[in-house]
Amino acid sequence: MSEMSYGEIAKNGLWKQNTGVVQLLGMCPLLAVSSSVVNGASLGIATLTVMALSNLAVSLIRNLVPTEIRIPVFILIIASLVTIIQLAMKAYLHSLYLVLGIFIPLIVTNCIVLARTEAFASKQKALPSCFDGAMMGLGLTLVLACLGGIRELIGKGTLFSGLDLVFGESAKSFVLTVIPHYRGFLLAILPPGAFIGLGMLIALKNRLDAQSKRAAAQPQLLHA
Amino acid sequence: MKKGIFQTSLRTSLIMLGFVVLTTLMLALTYSRTHDLITRSEEQEKLSLINEVLPPGISDNDLLRDAIEIAPSELLGNSTPVTAYRARFRGKPVAVVLEATAPDGYAGKIVLLIAILADGEISGVRVISENETPGLGDYIDIAKSSWIKGFDHASLSSLPDDAWHVKKDGGKFDYMTGATITPRAVVKAVHKALEFFASNRAELFAQRSKK
Repeated sequence: MSEMSYGEIAKNGLWKQNTGVVQLLGMCPLLAVSSSVVNGASLGIATLTVMALSNLAVSLIRNLVPTEIRIPVFILIIASLVTIIQLAMKAYLHSLYLVLGIFIPLIVTNCIVLARTEAFASKQKALPSCFDGAMMGLGLTLVLACLGGIRELIGKGTLFSGLDLVFGESAKSFVLTVIPHYRGFLLAILPPGAFIGLGMLIALKNRLDAQSKRAAAQPQLLHA
Repeated sequence: MKKGIFQTSLRTSLIMLGFVVLTTLMLALTYSRTHDLITRSEEQEKLSLINEVLPPGISDNDLLRDAIEIAPSELLGNSTPVTAYRARFRGKPVAVVLEATAPDGYAGKIVLLIAILADGEISGVRVISENETPGLGDYIDIAKSSWIKGFDHASLSSLPDDAWHVKKDGGKFDYMTGATITPRAVVKAVHKALEFFASNRAELFAQRSKK
């Protein structure tokens, strides 16, 4: 793989190769925690941290590891990073840990983390690798937050509920009740809502891509 | 050639070993740095839940240290030993906080924290964990509705046995249409916990604390 510019890396992670809506990797946490903006974004940020750090670590040791054992070594690094983040979260963000705790260890099994260390970090320099992990993670975070927002809005009529779990009691006032006296729409909160919402996000992205393609193709046609 | 293979395997396994040692060290370091904080936050969380079910200022002892284990009991619905906390004021027992499990929720077990005053009156009930349908059966959670406060001040002497049901079954407790299985399970579990307290009262307070 030749060297990529930071701009390209960012574009890949956020749009072209987005893990949530293009590569469709890491569906397990995606579907389980995207029931609200706060839950989705929090797990997204945890994944982002793991990806940036594991890409950085793997890139730094890439010349030390023989090819035969690279996968076990990568997994070892990812698993320890996840455990460290889990312990840190349990110690410093305990109330958030109560909500997301059971999903944090699942980051280890999220194939996107291993995929990026193998496909990118094992062949590239440290800084671009770290940046790639962060951008891929950010792309996932955005999808999780969007999906969480859609499900929360349709399911409960609020946005940002549970923000107090992250920022303490004072953040309770930031919760937006978009639709007052809303009776709720259960389907959006339950797992099927995640599948339907994700399907719609993918459709939206494909439509936007098709539109920009057509827009790019049109001037050429006029000249011809 | 043979020697080559041997040397390569040795080198590879030594590198692997090196990484195992390194990551284990990192984990051990993080664990020891966060351990105290984690224990403290866990205790804090337990204490704040206990304080929710007990009237403020009722006790002057350290509840988390005045704890006993209760062996699996049919009345409490626990399959493994659970911890009970005792509240005392100037050494005199005033209340006990214990965990009870309702095995027959709509979606599995519902675990409750129940505080019972020394005279057998309920001081408060809270749900510790439940899996009930969001928006339907989860009104037993204090975050969703105040339904669970309907147990406050209830006792075996204030309510006859046949009142310990939801209104639909001829009892005294409210329920919401469309979700009766959940409150039914909770009412039954609270009732049985009171029966457990009534028959084990003396022993609950007399037992030596485990810590």
